Amino acid sequence: MADASDIRRELIAFRIGEQRFGVDIRTVREIRGWSPATPLPQAPAYVKGVINLRGTVLPIVDLGARLGLGSTVPTARHVIIVARVGMKTVGLMVEAVSDILTVAEADIQPTPDVSCDTVRMFVRGLIALEGDMISMLALDSLLPDANLADAA
Amino acid sequence: MDPMEAIKATFFQECDELLADLETGLLALEHGEGEADTVNAVFRAVHSVKGGAGAFGLEALVRFAHVFETTLDALRKGELEATGEVLRPLLRAADRLADHVASAKQGIEPDPAADAPVISGLEALLGAGADTATEEAPVFDFKPVGLSLEGGFAPIALASLEEPAWRIVFAPLDRMYRNANEPLLLVRELARLGTTQVRVGLDRLPRLEALDPLTACLDWTVELSGTDIAEAAVRDVFEFVEGDCELTIESLQARSTEEGDLSLEAILALAGLGEAEPMPLPEAAEPIPAPLHAPPIAASLQSVIPVPVQPQAPQSPVAVDDQLRTPASEPVAHTTIRVDLERVDRLIDLVGELVINQAMLNQQVMESGVARSSNIALGLDDLEQITREIQDSVMAIRAQPVKSVFQRMPRLVREVAAMTGKEVRLITEGEGTEVDKTVIERLTDPLTHMIRNAIDHGLETPEDRIRAGKPREGVIRLSAQHRSGRIVIVVSDDGRGINRDRVRAIAVERRLIEADAVLSDEEIDNLIFAPGFSTADTVSDISGRGVGMDVVKRSIQALGGRITILSRPGEGSTFTLSLPLTLAVLDGMVVSVGEQTLVVPITVIVETLQPKASDIRLLGPSGAVVSVRGAYVPLIDVGVALGWPTSSADSGVTILVESGPGEMAALRVDAIQGQRQVVIKSLEQNYDQVDDIAAATILGDGRVALILDVDALISRRRRGLSSSAAPSGQTLLQAS
Repeated sequence: MADASDIRRELIAFRIGEQRFGVDIRTVREIRGWSPATPLPQAPAYVKGVINLRGTVLPIVDLGARLGLGSTVPTARHVIIVARVGMKTVGLMVEAVSDILTVAEADIQPTPDVSCDTVRMFVRGLIALEGDMISMLALDSLLPDANLADAA
Repeated sequence: MDPMEAIKATFFQECDELLADLETGLLALEHGEGEADTVNAVFRAVHSVKGGAGAFGLEALVRFAHVFETTLDALRKGELEATGEVLRPLLRAADRLADHVASAKQGIEPDPAADAPVISGLEALLGAGADTATEEAPVFDFKPVGLSLEGGFAPIALASLEEPAWRIVFAPLDRMYRNANEPLLLVRELARLGTTQVRVGLDRLPRLEALDPLTACLDWTVELSGTDIAEAAVRDVFEFVEGDCELTIESLQARSTEEGDLSLEAILALAGLGEAEPMPLPEAAEPIPAPLHAPPIAASLQSVIPVPVQPQAPQSPVAVDDQLRTPASEPVAHTTIRVDLERVDRLIDLVGELVINQAMLNQQVMESGVARSSNIALGLDDLEQITREIQDSVMAIRAQPVKSVFQRMPRLVREVAAMTGKEVRLITEGEGTEVDKTVIERLTDPLTHMIRNAIDHGLETPEDRIRAGKPREGVIRLSAQHRSGRIVIVVSDDGRGINRDRVRAIAVERRLIEADAVLSDEEIDNLIFAPGFSTADTVSDISGRGVGMDVVKRSIQALGGRITILSRPGEGSTFTLSLPLTLAVLDGMVVSVGEQTLVVPITVIVETLQPKASDIRLLGPSGAVVSVRGAYVPLIDVGVALGWPTSSADSGVTILVESGPGEMAALRVDAIQGQRQVVIKSLEQNYDQVDDIAAATILGDGRVALILDVDALISRRRRGLSSSAAPSGQTLLQAS
């Protein structure tokens, strides 16, 4: 077995407001520019709607709103990170992608116990990098729970 | 033995068709719709199954089919009349025959005990019908049928013409079982060498009370036919049980066969040979081209082999006359090819892209200011036409009638009715309704479950029904039709309806709702779809345990469908499944609502109107109706219903839609853009079902437009108006 410090991960890093986040590059399919989304009725506020990604219907999640950091008004500068979440493909709307980072597994610290639900739901670890902190996101629970959506 | 396996597979495929024909025919007779031809068709179906089975040495199947056939022959001759009393045992026999075929397909021995009641039912018919229906009668009667057919049925010809090469008598000793050897495996091993006729010897089997489970009391006689089977190969099969059994291997055929491999050509050649031979041979002793190394065996052999016109052949008269008659109902060859489903799906995807691209191109050309009459525009029109035709044709490849699912239900109904002691009649409608293959495949389980439930929980016992002033016989109705670009399947019963008090009590008990929850009748009915809900007082074999309507609902939803229930106490329940035709394209009216574009399926649209402000009347606090030629129709503002900002309410266009038989509603939208064929794109694939939205599509400008689910929109609206207490109930459901 390789030492944990030898296992390296690549993250796509981006900024939402003042905070920096990263998602595992293996889940990311592509990054594309913003195109206007068709809103869905009765969708949660963080679901911006759906767009056409080469023939498939792709839901767009405003990641800032999903993380409870306030919703964003999309502009042409915004980008969509197309990511694979479970069996589904989802677009994450963020302001801009800043970097691709390589971090050692050992450098990922466990998320400290905080009371915030969204942190518990999405943040899978913290990385200290050049005096900055990057939250590593897990995307599993991005979309509304299927059963809850059905009942609503 | 690949060619043989392939032939066998064909046989089973044919069996499925024949069994379906058989059941259809019997049901038609039961409903008094049969003609003389129907009886013949039914007879032929059983006969063909029997014939084929004989060729493959499926003895249990042949024996059963023979009795069945004898009874049907009496029916054919008019000795029995096609009344309900006669047909019920016949239908049961058809079910049993299907079981036999299924067992044979899986290579397992059918349970002989299950035959007994069915056979006695058939024999009772014969006894009551005509005394003339003796065993021999059919044999003579059938011969001409067989002779009239040329060519023959290859596998049967093969089996009948091949002489058994080896006779293996195999009697395991006790210690063979103790060493964990399994005779079945050995027999199967033999079957791999060639065609086998296996007989089990029961002579040593004591009465049950004297049976010592640790002693071996069975032996098997296997007649193995095939070419080029070496004795060593046969011996090898028994290599590991040598000394643990009594084994004799006799050669029945000393000459070395020249036929070579069992290629189809060879089989057909053999079949041709068969035609030349059925000239009555004077006696069984007529020379047969086989050097008779073992004279006593050869003598008995001659009587079994190629003398098809001598039904008196001592060993297996049934098999012999079968071989002659089987080809009688050989179905007309369909010109079909088998294609990998993936290829079809790939094609469908590509055509979908083509349609979208064509629409985009069209739009761009029109926006570039080309005149409508220009050659480019006309060429594009042609392209559109062709694209559409391609698409229709491609979709038709995957579409199949729901008949294949519906066909399974009569048997289910009979079985469940017998188990529950209820009298049930199944009425099916719209069997020809076509829907995508995937949908059909995945419909079987939910429908089976729903029909079981309807009989088990919905219908009352005959006594209860009479007390309630209903006919003894309960009715289950199963229908399919296309509506709103979807397929709607309705399962209804005329039973007691949902016992709402009980459902509520159970829901409270199972903590699905709070004890003081205020629920409308409809909400209570819908509780039966909640996970873990089961209304049976005792868990019965029929409706299963734990897996209830929630599973049905989930599987329907997984198909992008919806299920709704309408129940009237004392009158019965109706379950309505609305399913997409999947992948199918849709003719839609493209409309604007606020800044958004929506597609309304053209199938639901009756007409479009531009009502005057005076035609629209408010009704209640938030409702409105529109007057259409004097009739008031509920008006739904689509923008408001979907929560989108729209222009002021008095402008806009109204689309009159039919949401159900005779049920009208009017949808208000801002503007109509036009009519277009759109490709349905799944929202569920990457997101989830969305209320009031059937699916999405991609328009000519590359943007996604949503396809309105008109039925859902209207029924939700109606529900919303009828129960003001809805939110509380729904929140509680959510929490569960």
